Amino acid sequence: MDFVDYYKILGIEKNASQDDIKKAYRKLARKHHPDLNPNNKEAHKLFQQINEANEVLSDPEKRKKYDEYGKDWKHAEQFEKAKHSSSQQHYANEGGQNFSGDFDEGGFSDFFESLFGGGGRRTSQTKFRGQDYNAELQLNLTDAYTTHQQTITIDGKNVRITIPAGIENGQKIKLKGYGAPGANGGPNGDLYITFSITNNTRFKRDGNDLHTTVDIDLYTALLGGEIMVDAMSGKVKLKVNPETQNGTKIRLKGKGFPVYKSEGQFGDLFITYHVKLPTNLTEKQKELFTELSKL
Amino acid sequence: MPDQDLISVTEFCESHHLQFGFIESLQQYGLIEMTTVEQTSFVHDSELPKLEQFARLHHELDINFEGMEAITHLLQRMDEMHHEIIKLKNKLSLYETH
Repeated sequence: MDFVDYYKILGIEKNASQDDIKKAYRKLARKHHPDLNPNNKEAHKLFQQINEANEVLSDPEKRKKYDEYGKDWKHAEQFEKAKHSSSQQHYANEGGQNFSGDFDEGGFSDFFESLFGGGGRRTSQTKFRGQDYNAELQLNLTDAYTTHQQTITIDGKNVRITIPAGIENGQKIKLKGYGAPGANGGPNGDLYITFSITNNTRFKRDGNDLHTTVDIDLYTALLGGEIMVDAMSGKVKLKVNPETQNGTKIRLKGKGFPVYKSEGQFGDLFITYHVKLPTNLTEKQKELFTELSKL
Repeated sequence: MPDQDLISVTEFCESHHLQFGFIESLQQYGLIEMTTVEQTSFVHDSELPKLEQFARLHHELDINFEGMEAITHLLQRMDEMHHEIIKLKNKLSLYETH
């Protein structure tokens, strides 16, 4: 546990007035407030530090104790006991501001807890909605292809959620009321799950459409024929037209990815033909190709 | 009988130590929606996160209603851009070799 320099955090001198502290705090809070920096964990962390610095420096008693012990904070409690001045030690918070909201409210540093005890936060009877939780869930592309259920653990409780087919990489869903409990009878926060989808297939996904490349031999490309290709839903028989050029792209309607929350609707599968030229030609093949080239 | 998803503005103001006028101003600026049932004002519970956010911005950061309106637009724009980035990143994977 390291010493925390609250003056440095607020960018002020040790002799700063209450007005200077207030100004510095407001300026930094406006920059790093969690409501203005959604999804920015670094800003949330900074805001907690700024908040903690303000909590101490804006309270004359706390500031006095902080200034008095400074870097010897580890011995603060021993000094306090020696002074037998317990009547002076009330750190209940009165007045001032009560921060709340979408960030870790219990985010006081070990240093703070050590110097001022656990009761740092101002008590209030105000009803507050619980904090929202954010979580990431890893899925494979094949999992995202079908609607399925998964059990996740939130605060030690198992919650069964249904993941609709067609969910996108990076998509966020909200589970109402699965966040932190509200304060003083306020409603629970929500749980936001962001999906991180790993592609474990040979297909490339573009929204609801899938793209893939299929190799065909020279003779099928020239003369046409039938081939079997893999789609997400299984094998599909395809008719290749005679004289199909290398790089030809065809579209299989409805063979792509399911459309999110639209049962029975699918995107398309785009197949690009890659014509493979024969290698290790036999004498006979060489002869025939030579003959063809002279026609 | 009001819908159970409706929260009385008076109760909300009492529990959050807010003035009724604050909520009224938010409505006038088009930042939240209020519903009146039998002469009592309510907000839908889906408005609660927004309402609490505005209360924090106003009281913790001294931001006025014009500022909150601007912040709301910018946060919306940020959210749209965030989604656009995800979409583009997903599209980019189409051009990356396996």
